[in-house]
Amino acid sequence: MEQIGILEGRQRQVFEKKKGTTQADIACDTSSLSGSVSQRACVFCGSRVVLYPVADALHLVHGPIGCAAYTWDIRGAVSSGPELHRLSFSTDLQEIDVIYGGEKKLYASLIELIDKYKPKAAFIYSTCIVGLIGDDIEAVSRKVAKETGIPVLPVHSEGFKGTKKDGYKAACHALMKLIGTGSTEGISKQSINILGEFNLAGEAWMIKDYYKKMGVEVVATLTGDGRIDAVRRAHGASLNVVQCSGSMTSLAKEMQEKYGIPFIRVSYFGIEDMSKSLYDVATFFSLRPEIMEAAKAIVREEVTTLYPQLQKFKKALTGKKAAIYVGGAFKTFSLIKALRSIGMSVVLAGSQTGNQDDYARLKEMCDEGTIIVDDSNPVELSKFILEKEADLLIGGVKERPIAFKLGVGFCDHNHERKIPLAGFEGMYNFALEVYQSVMSPVWQFAPRKGGLK
Amino acid sequence: MLLRHTSSEVKAREGLTINPAKTCQPIGAMYAALGIHGCLPHSHGSQGCCSYHRSTLTRHYKEPVMAATSSFTEGASVFGGQSNLLASIETIFSVYEPDIIAVHSTCLSETIGDDLQQITKKAKDDGKIPEGKYVIYASTPSFIGSHITGYANMVTGMAEQFSESTGEKKNQVNVVAGWMEPSDMREIKRLSKELDVKIVLFPDTSDVLDAPQSGKHVFYPKGGTTVAELKSTGDSLSTLALGCVSAEPAAIALEKKHKVPFETIDMPIGLTATDRFIMALSKAGGVSVPDEITAERGRLVDVIADMEQYLHGKKVALFGDPDQLIPLTEFLLDLNMKPIHIVSGTPGQRFEKRMRQILDERSPETNFKNGLQADMFLLHQWMKNEPVDLLIGNTYGKYMARDEDIPFIRFGFPILDRIGHSYFPNVGYSGGLRLVEKILSALMDRQDRDALEEKFELVM
Repeated sequence: MEQIGILEGRQRQVFEKKKGTTQADIACDTSSLSGSVSQRACVFCGSRVVLYPVADALHLVHGPIGCAAYTWDIRGAVSSGPELHRLSFSTDLQEIDVIYGGEKKLYASLIELIDKYKPKAAFIYSTCIVGLIGDDIEAVSRKVAKETGIPVLPVHSEGFKGTKKDGYKAACHALMKLIGTGSTEGISKQSINILGEFNLAGEAWMIKDYYKKMGVEVVATLTGDGRIDAVRRAHGASLNVVQCSGSMTSLAKEMQEKYGIPFIRVSYFGIEDMSKSLYDVATFFSLRPEIMEAAKAIVREEVTTLYPQLQKFKKALTGKKAAIYVGGAFKTFSLIKALRSIGMSVVLAGSQTGNQDDYARLKEMCDEGTIIVDDSNPVELSKFILEKEADLLIGGVKERPIAFKLGVGFCDHNHERKIPLAGFEGMYNFALEVYQSVMSPVWQFAPRKGGLK
Repeated sequence: MLLRHTSSEVKAREGLTINPAKTCQPIGAMYAALGIHGCLPHSHGSQGCCSYHRSTLTRHYKEPVMAATSSFTEGASVFGGQSNLLASIETIFSVYEPDIIAVHSTCLSETIGDDLQQITKKAKDDGKIPEGKYVIYASTPSFIGSHITGYANMVTGMAEQFSESTGEKKNQVNVVAGWMEPSDMREIKRLSKELDVKIVLFPDTSDVLDAPQSGKHVFYPKGGTTVAELKSTGDSLSTLALGCVSAEPAAIALEKKHKVPFETIDMPIGLTATDRFIMALSKAGGVSVPDEITAERGRLVDVIADMEQYLHGKKVALFGDPDQLIPLTEFLLDLNMKPIHIVSGTPGQRFEKRMRQILDERSPETNFKNGLQADMFLLHQWMKNEPVDLLIGNTYGKYMARDEDIPFIRFGFPILDRIGHSYFPNVGYSGGLRLVEKILSALMDRQDRDALEEKFELVM
């Protein structure tokens, strides 16, 4: 397998940082080459992951059964109350619907569901063939909204209409229709919305808690532990705090344009970025210096506890090498910093959906010899992990078994994380998970890295 | 109460499916294609389909699952996907170097009217398929049937497109595996060896989706039915199809093309279905049943007899795929249990007909439904109306089991939260033993948990 090279036509999406050379920019934001074993998903997937955590909304997938079946409760986005989002609703389109159209079925399904579950709003996801057969889901949505009195929001997420990022945009577009429809009465001046935080393993709760302790009101979390009523009044916040480069920046930009709400980009992974996300918010509310004081106190307290705890891991992990392949590029920045803080270096960094700016920044951050990839595949990943002798892979569901087959540790930094990795507490969890996996006794029994060691 | 909104009142629904007991065709085609040695499944559609199928199979098997995609764009969906597929075939052979590409369609490529037969022929005519390499295909529109249909279609494609006849019969029997686990396929091969009947099992995902840790990521693991074996199926004495829904169509294709006679039997899950399998295979191979197999059977019967008092009368709800549910239902009846609610999202009259044969005499009151709206929502409603002691089905059953507080056994596809299915078979007498052990453990653990202190028993 080692002799398998890089796909022709993919050379420009792979980059090795070398001293003294000026290399062309990495090619990204392109669709995958036909015939590649890409790790990427589709537009629908992007919309579904962004909207799914809104727990009191109805999420109806308009299409054949698969799209609903594969996205049924796969992402551990936790809710503190309603759990309607964890059920799977589909119009289960059949051949006859493909021929005669699925509008009637969609209408009947919506009426039935809204009657049964009394949701606060309904999202209708259109899938590939809905785009082809030409169902007018806008018209159906308007009709149902009128009859039931709840917002019914079409999400134009036909799978083939781009990449996952286009799905994020479609989702943001649907959210934008809700924002501004609620009352902003009683919202404090020191208030924010948290964007791009999906409450996996309860992470949003931790983040919210920090801001609350600082005296900052969180109007809406988009969309972790999300509620329709909170989304509707999100335009009352003074600042949007955006995590995750891809998924919600477009919403933040739209809100800035329409409501004049500025936004900052943050990350909650690792001590450095987590602290910065608190300081940046405090700086924004600089008229109230007590907010900064509170932020400093939180950081001081958390770091004092955390720092000694991390030393055990750092001692064991110093000199170990990591490979990162995740969905959004923004996450890789934090991960590089977080890994460095526990003594590890990064030998491969890549993402499914990074853009030109992301990769430029990544190049700047990485050490000499680090491989940077966009839209990679299992052949490349395995090749580089072996060549660079990585001890750990950070990725998602499809990458996990590859790491284990190669005999290297793994940390899921995607939908399937089971413990919070965000925040200060999350940094401890992250270090522990990395340590447990890299140092696991199983690697004594298994050939490692193709027998390289 | 995750499913707190499920009401006991069963009303007819117009088209809506809630909590499906099925998924779409292409994943079945992908799973089947992984059972050919050196084969890369190819999804002719949007990128998401391929990604979802690979993720689901990876979650189920905890194994890398390789498959390529045509990566449809807006252009392809307007002008047709031919150029995407041709480009894909070229890329795949030059970079991933499989022996075979198994292409399946999706709802998107079917709706725009791509003809896989014509496109793969064009690829051949244009010299895009290297000497000694193969491209096979199956039409698997997601808006017809279910994942089981897709599996059957791809297996039929294998039979139709690989089989040859030399005019000289080979002393071997084809065994078409219905949708089962790699562990089940391994067990079928073991039993055949024990019987001393040479079989060609296809597809065969053992040693593909249960591969050992090796320090390498092997793109094409050592398992899978080989091309030579698939070609030889036209010369076999006969074909045994294990399952009337997922396996029989391939057997029919072999009969049509090469006049290989076939017999369809249930998947050998449980005692009587395994009896029929052993008898059919020994008859087809012209051998007698060896003592070791008789002893295996005896051990299963012995355990059932020993533990009968804990099984009889227990009510069971089950859901899943037709070819597995049919023999499982029969086995539950053989265990003196009461399978009272059964749903399968896979449409088709064969299921209903076979279930009637099994249930009419022994349990005429059983509720069962398959096809549209035969989903977990319906099953849950039935369970609310008549409660059960045990639920059997794939991982998604855990919501119902939790809400109703009943014991639950994972069985079927997908199993996303437990291991074991890849390694321990459900088929054969040993598979029967495993099922009985699981059923007893579930019921008896519950009995222990719920027993009053004075009734908490040491010896059971």
